[in-house]
Amino acid sequence: MSDGEIMLDVSGVSKNFGGVIANEDISLTVRKGEIVGLIGPNGSGKSTLFGSICGYHPIDKGSIKYRGTETKKMRTAHIARLGMVRTFQQTHVYGEMDCVRNMLISRPVRDGGVRSLLHRPNPDDLTRAEELLEFVGLASKQHLLAGSLSFGQQKLLEFAMALMNEPELLLLDEPTAGINPTLINGLIDRLKQANERFGVTLFVIEHNMRVMMNLAKEIHVLAAGRLIASGKPADIQNNPKVIAAYLGGH
Amino acid sequence: MIKTSSLQWLIAAVVLGLFLAAPLILPNNMTQLADLMVFILIALSWDMLGGQMGYNSFGNILFFGVGMYLVASIQVWAGGFTLAVYNAAEGGNLSSFAVDTPTFIASLVIGLAIVAVLNFLLGLIVGSQLLKMRGHYFAIGTLGLGVAAGEFASTMHILGAGSGMNFIQPPRTLELMPLLYFIGLFVVAVFFILLRWLYSTRFGFVMNAIRDNEDKAEAMGLPTAEVKAFAWAIAAFFAAIAGGIYGSAKNFIDPTEVAFSAPTIGVWMLLMTLIGGKGTIWGPIIGAVVFQLFKEFFWTFLFGWQRVALGLLIVIIVVFFPGGVMGGFDRARRALGFGKTGAEANP
Repeated sequence: MSDGEIMLDVSGVSKNFGGVIANEDISLTVRKGEIVGLIGPNGSGKSTLFGSICGYHPIDKGSIKYRGTETKKMRTAHIARLGMVRTFQQTHVYGEMDCVRNMLISRPVRDGGVRSLLHRPNPDDLTRAEELLEFVGLASKQHLLAGSLSFGQQKLLEFAMALMNEPELLLLDEPTAGINPTLINGLIDRLKQANERFGVTLFVIEHNMRVMMNLAKEIHVLAAGRLIASGKPADIQNNPKVIAAYLGGH
Repeated sequence: MIKTSSLQWLIAAVVLGLFLAAPLILPNNMTQLADLMVFILIALSWDMLGGQMGYNSFGNILFFGVGMYLVASIQVWAGGFTLAVYNAAEGGNLSSFAVDTPTFIASLVIGLAIVAVLNFLLGLIVGSQLLKMRGHYFAIGTLGLGVAAGEFASTMHILGAGSGMNFIQPPRTLELMPLLYFIGLFVVAVFFILLRWLYSTRFGFVMNAIRDNEDKAEAMGLPTAEVKAFAWAIAAFFAAIAGGIYGSAKNFIDPTEVAFSAPTIGVWMLLMTLIGGKGTIWGPIIGAVVFQLFKEFFWTFLFGWQRVALGLLIVIIVVFFPGGVMGGFDRARRALGFGKTGAEANP
């Protein structure tokens, strides 16, 4: 595809849960500046792969390198501090705090030390928080408790929080699920802007094919834990294996 | 925000003034007042985990008891005696282990400082392991801490084993209760200022983030494990001082009834926080005051039934006032249309 630096290099990754094969021998790369998609039917192992990449569970085989560093033995928080951050399929926000506080908490803690936390948030952080809330369209909700927002709004908040964390690579798990169709176009736009303006490389799980075709330059397809196709959106759309997988005939 | 904050400092100053004047107003209740300072300390320290971080700990009693035994031991050593001889003498001729007033006060104050630091370290070590557990597992795991410590102390002959250990007798001329009260008040003031600051820093934010969604906090690269351990260490620091003061006030340590008493102090610290409102800085303080008033009232007028009354109080609070006094304030404020509070920005 592009000639950018390889940010994420997944090679030969396998993961079983008991006897269930969730991922088998998966290899793919994500290059700097790209928007890469990951699709597949329900239960095909997409979220498991995200979990493996972000250190939620140990992998059985293979290697995962982020900017050349092997991360398969690292803890989740450590991996996030390297600049690779994920969002969740179900929303994860800090429900008892307002949106601004959610944003302020999301400032990156690069050194992982406690001492760097012993200060009040500085005014620049507040400005940045308000800018990003504006960016995702939540400016008017900034003093509402995050837990009182609708599911779609929480997803938007999570996206803003992820940007606040200044990741280099952002893994988005179904960013448009639960967001109403009219907002989805706006969200696609913002994902693209995050990529272009803030220089964030995106790796996106998505069921909504229209979104994916609009967004990604390259798509990987999982089915039953295996990578069955990789390529440009147009090619993927017409790939008989992909169509078969989605229609249920493995 | 700034207005609310300066109002809170004004309230804090008024409360401090009342506490400073309390010995003049209630000169016959110095024991109860000294206990109150202990209660405020343990309630605030329990709330750091239970309220601000969402980790319901039954284990803070460990630091309370360890602090108590250590202060007692340090005072014995400071008098030039050995623990084994002192505890073997038990009861009978404690008067032969007399110390002078400067030694007593110095060993008490320095002892409290030493046990605070030691328990900070103990909190870090225990916390870094136990805080890997979550939810109910953590609660049950910590419950074991207090029980184990009590049983352990009951077998230690050097600490008087099951029959407990006396504190060194204070010199006859020394007014012990006012001394303990003012030491306690000083530590409460320091703790309050420390917490006000801590909860306004990013450290405090991360504590709240852990309470609301620890998985998210981890996914965002926040150092959750470190923050949890340090928060518990700070709680342990102050719980240990509270234990030292309480033991000194009671003048006697029973391993399971006083030092590591899960059913009394261990539950009270949690109860006080719930009464006042957990997750707020004023809640534990208000809760401790209310609790101490109720407790003294029950013990005085309902003696024999005091524990039943206390039990009923717990039920009533949990069922009808889940947010405690502060939660009630908040509801009233919102009902009257004052909108958001300084503590939580509610819609």
